[in-house]
Amino acid sequence: MELLELTGVSLSFGGLKVVDALDLHVKEGEIVSVIGPNGAGKTTLFNLITGIYRPHTGDIRFDGQSIVGLEPHQICCRGISRTFQTLRLFLNMSVKENVMAACYGHTKAGIFRSMLRTPGMRREEREIEEIARKRLSFFGQRLMGYRWEQPAYSLSYANRRRLEIARATATNPRMLLLDEPAAGMNPAETHEITELIGQLRKEGGYTILVIEHDMHVVEGISDRVVALDHGTKIAEGSFEQVATNEKVVEAYLGLNTMSSK
Amino acid sequence: MSDSTPHGFHSTGAEGPAIGQDEWVARHADVRFLPARLSVVERRLRVVPWWAWLTLFVGVLCLFPVVETSGYVRQVAFQTVLYMLLALGLNVVVGWGGLLDLGYVAFYGIGAYAYALLDSPHYGIHLPTLVSVPLIVLIGAAAGLVLGLPSWRLTGDYLAIVTLFFLQLFQTVTTNWQNVTGGPFGILNVDPFGLPGGHKLNTEHSGVFAVSYLYVALAFFVVVFVALRLLNNSRTGRAWRSLREDPLAAEAMGMPVNWLKLLAFSCGAAVAALTGSLYAALFANVFPLTFYFVTLITIYTMVILGGSGNQAGVVLGALIISPLLELLRDADKSRILFFAALVGSFAILGRRSRRIAIVAGATLVFGFVLHAIARGIDGGWVAGQPGAGSFARFVEHWVIAPGHPARWIAPIAYVGVIAAALLCTMLRGVIRDVALVPTVYLGAFVWENVMLSKPDPARYIVLGLILIVLMVIRPNGLLGERRVEIV
Repeated sequence: MELLELTGVSLSFGGLKVVDALDLHVKEGEIVSVIGPNGAGKTTLFNLITGIYRPHTGDIRFDGQSIVGLEPHQICCRGISRTFQTLRLFLNMSVKENVMAACYGHTKAGIFRSMLRTPGMRREEREIEEIARKRLSFFGQRLMGYRWEQPAYSLSYANRRRLEIARATATNPRMLLLDEPAAGMNPAETHEITELIGQLRKEGGYTILVIEHDMHVVEGISDRVVALDHGTKIAEGSFEQVATNEKVVEAYLGLNTMSSK
Repeated sequence: MSDSTPHGFHSTGAEGPAIGQDEWVARHADVRFLPARLSVVERRLRVVPWWAWLTLFVGVLCLFPVVETSGYVRQVAFQTVLYMLLALGLNVVVGWGGLLDLGYVAFYGIGAYAYALLDSPHYGIHLPTLVSVPLIVLIGAAAGLVLGLPSWRLTGDYLAIVTLFFLQLFQTVTTNWQNVTGGPFGILNVDPFGLPGGHKLNTEHSGVFAVSYLYVALAFFVVVFVALRLLNNSRTGRAWRSLREDPLAAEAMGMPVNWLKLLAFSCGAAVAALTGSLYAALFANVFPLTFYFVTLITIYTMVILGGSGNQAGVVLGALIISPLLELLRDADKSRILFFAALVGSFAILGRRSRRIAIVAGATLVFGFVLHAIARGIDGGWVAGQPGAGSFARFVEHWVIAPGHPARWIAPIAYVGVIAAALLCTMLRGVIRDVALVPTVYLGAFVWENVMLSKPDPARYIVLGLILIVLMVIRPNGLLGERRVEIV
């Protein structure tokens, strides 16, 4: 069953067509990688799906329902969560609170219940903390223990990336959009991320759409790979199919290299 | 008493950085120019739970009228509690929501005017207090929602300008809509608070400020403090702080940012309106100018000085600034404050650097010598009467105070001291130390001859100076958590 369906989605900034009549389908439980050179429109695609931009034409359906025109927080509550390429953590809040804050969408206590600390509110608060504990312990001890109460700005770069993923999963999504989860990581950490993404699907049951530049990661995780260039889909298929596709090679390396003799 | 969760920084002292803590953070977390021993005390104090602090604090304030019988001092205490309430309200919008709201005092005014209209002979309406006060809180919250609307589309400086415009609008309306607000003459004879049995809370008790209002204000303070604190540790509070940190990420993580902004404005405004009703009930009159820039800046100073975002901090800020402004009204007391601050800063800095200690001694000698020379040349140069008291007599022998200062002295000395201070910041080494001596003396001269004679502008200048010094030493305010913008 298709969980996410984009049909004929276009967006332009002024005269520049960033995304042009794009079709994309992601099945439930699938891991799909989006690749493409810089400026191909990958992050814009994420911004379109999460409602930060609104497509000029076309339709985006999630779980059979159109999500075009919804506010980003509404889309998040429908079950799509994301991480950011340029990390956007709540730096002056503690690690724990970063994750707890993301539970806002699926919790209910209003301001008066919070002020009065009603039993229901307290139960909910305990549940939120439990979710935070679970999501953070997904990364072993890296974000637990003494780091639990530390402000997010004290984390190392790799841990910040991990915290972003933990925060994204705390919204209880069905689908995760990961924007370059391995960017800036060293080889060991990159390897860890590769395993982690597979584990996320296995344990959390998430459908995952991931933008990645590191081809080892892409090879390691993807059920399917989609290649974008200039806002259009130039290739789709298994990693081998896409990696050897002429158009893809051309987009990355330019014309007149291997294929033209 | 930290606001969110204590982050438990450890200083690089004898213990070294805590295990596993990034060394850079450990090294930089305590760059606060605090003596090592003080930061240990600070850390120990953070262990005490917040409610214990609150009980202690309110308990001391409750006992205050028992010790202090002067009506004036009690009234200052009352006003301080009002400022604490206002600072708590502003902290919601600015400290948690991260929304620069320069129209905040207008809500204070709206609360005061609403009470004045609902409980005064002005329209002959006399609502019972138990009805009017909740109603005013609702009115304030609603007004906050309205002012919050521009925040959907404006952020930062632009939002600040629009909210400032709102304050100006409030000011213009209250000054000019004479049949309703009484214009510049305000509304007089506002009712005091009434108890359910028809009993009125007198604002004065045999001509002296009635303590009951202090207790009412304290009760409001406790309720507001606890309610906001619990709110801060709930999903709404976390969402507010997320919004302050990164609105886009907050929105993408499922938080309705626009609604949260309205909510923050509304909560802040409700607190301000509540405080306004208290103000109107005690002082029995409202005038437009009470709710204008001076009050706005004072509240902001408290919030910034105490540490924006930290409830205990902003209360501390109010607790320092409000009595300080009162003390500075009085020439003798403000003189003692000024010289105490001067001696104090020399003492603190002198302990760390012997050169500063020498500068302090040199300044003292410099003063006496200059004073003696001036008296030798012309007795009229030192004929000024600085006031009564032994301290004043000491100052009399140290600072030159002309009996009839020429008119040009004031501006020249003022500009001179600013120029000299700026020069000192640019110089280095021994030359600076030498230059410091006349600069400090000139500062004392300006204080004695120019500022003391005009206490009202002078006290705000002193406030500004304190703020500048503090922002250099502790950029996050007294109890503020360390903030990073970009890492």
